[in-house]
Amino acid sequence: MKKYIDRGKKDTRSGFGEGLLLAGKADPRVVALTADLKGSLKMDAFAAEFPERYYECGIAEANMIGVASGMAITGLIPFAGSFAEFVTGRVYDQVRMEVCYGKTNVKLASSHAGITLGEDGATHQTMEDIALMRALPDMVVLNPCDWTQTKNATIAAARYNGPVYLRFGRPKVADFMPDEPFEIGKAYVLNEGKDVSIIATGHMVWEALKAAEVLEAEGICADVIDVATIKPLDTATVIASAIKTGAVVVAEEHNMAGGLGELVAGVLATVSPKPIEYVNGKDTFGQSGTPSELLEAYGIDSTNIAEAARKVIDRK
Amino acid sequence: MQSTEDLKKIASQVRRDIIRMVVEAKSGHPGGSMSSTDFMTALYFNVMDHDPATWTREGNGQDMFVLSAGHLTPMYYSILSRAGYFPVSELASFRKFGTRLQGHPSVRKGLPGVFQAAGSLGQGLSVAVGMALGKKALKDNHSVFVLCGDGESEEGEIWEAAMFAAHHKVDNLIAMTDVNGQQIDGTTEEVAGLGDLEAKWKAFGWETIQADGHDMDKILEAFGKAKEFEGKGKPVMILFKTEMGHGVDFMAGTHKWHGSVPNADQCASAMSQLEETLGDF
Repeated sequence: MKKYIDRGKKDTRSGFGEGLLLAGKADPRVVALTADLKGSLKMDAFAAEFPERYYECGIAEANMIGVASGMAITGLIPFAGSFAEFVTGRVYDQVRMEVCYGKTNVKLASSHAGITLGEDGATHQTMEDIALMRALPDMVVLNPCDWTQTKNATIAAARYNGPVYLRFGRPKVADFMPDEPFEIGKAYVLNEGKDVSIIATGHMVWEALKAAEVLEAEGICADVIDVATIKPLDTATVIASAIKTGAVVVAEEHNMAGGLGELVAGVLATVSPKPIEYVNGKDTFGQSGTPSELLEAYGIDSTNIAEAARKVIDRK
Repeated sequence: MQSTEDLKKIASQVRRDIIRMVVEAKSGHPGGSMSSTDFMTALYFNVMDHDPATWTREGNGQDMFVLSAGHLTPMYYSILSRAGYFPVSELASFRKFGTRLQGHPSVRKGLPGVFQAAGSLGQGLSVAVGMALGKKALKDNHSVFVLCGDGESEEGEIWEAAMFAAHHKVDNLIAMTDVNGQQIDGTTEEVAGLGDLEAKWKAFGWETIQADGHDMDKILEAFGKAKEFEGKGKPVMILFKTEMGHGVDFMAGTHKWHGSVPNADQCASAMSQLEETLGDF
């Protein structure tokens, strides 16, 4: 199988920070807003370089979304950032009316997404945000997988004209993707196999590659697909892979309800139904712990992906 | 610039439009539309620097207005059409399937003059603050106006925006509150104990102006004061004291006409009380 080298562990939020700085240098219309989380969102470099284009909003996320939409109307390109829960669930009505229905060019920078936020516990660990954002008409939902892809997705989000939900995380994870322009709407095929399709997003992409290596040693060849754009989904790539392999595993750091798993299942059901296994959160909340402890406890890691692949192949 | 007498004539026609629109649509919100008619007429016909012929949603080189209390569309659409943003005849399509005149403002139907969607309350002030900051960032020396309801001021986001705007010295923003003292379930005091709005806005660091929202001279004086405050480091709030349903005797001063529609007899009575000055749609 194709080899991916981990160039060193880096957090995807830092990839966002780097991408924001580069996007800001490329386009003077790019501005950044945050609700008292500049450091957590890695906006420091942008704020230092462009102090007049950085807006501290205080702990008032609803107002931040409205202000961002107003700025966008006048022609600016605002990135409004906070923890994933606080730019989705806390401000759902604002995002729905001001950003999506209002068709404003706002980028929601969503950090610390998923259970790997860790020690802060369930109040901050949203596993429902993809479902919320997917449900909104016209929202583009991006969930890049490593530092490099997050950096490039941020640049692509700035260039795209319309609402974008850009999801990234807190822990330091493998940085392995090639440094190339990010294409919104494209699913990246990282490995080509024939026995099973492993469709993953975000932090689960590296876990999927690790699982594919284990499976290869057992004689199982896996397609590994990085769904960095959840909406609009690259249905052609997903369907072609599923038809080729006849068995599908979907892996995501998100709950079942409204996540990528349900999305893929829904697409395949109308075209070519295949056996599917899910590696995701179930209908539950998280708790305090380290990211690795939590991924293991909630069954969302490479071991679970490999096991799901064996199981789904048996169901062919 | 219109004379005070001309503004009163326009306002009378706007009130006729409001009643006829909600009667035609069999739904809509006449009460707050009629309480805000006079100062909104003054805003669009005497205060704002705007040009319907060159309007764009970006609003560059013009003053901008956000209707935060999105249910006041009968007043808003009537004034926009009377100001020349779209044909007056289109008012007959209000709330009907396929219309550009959606029940609450929409930017999805291509209606000129509308900068942002509204309807879910408490959000438009934040949007206006963002527009005002956008104008500063883009070196556009124009103002942003926004209309909130007093009932709407029960929403927490209003006060988030209030704190933010003062902190960021958004001094190219003139906000207005239609203080008609009524909301759906009763008076603002009965429902929520709204209290002293002027003291609240002052405490949040805003310049405040109180004015009779039905006296055209006082309205123009209030806008004049607000314009003098611009560029001096603080956002401005004008609290217009008004009467819900103002202009029609049986509709005035009660929350019952917030979202109710007159029947045929009531409509005829209202028309007899409001002079047709510019021709009905």
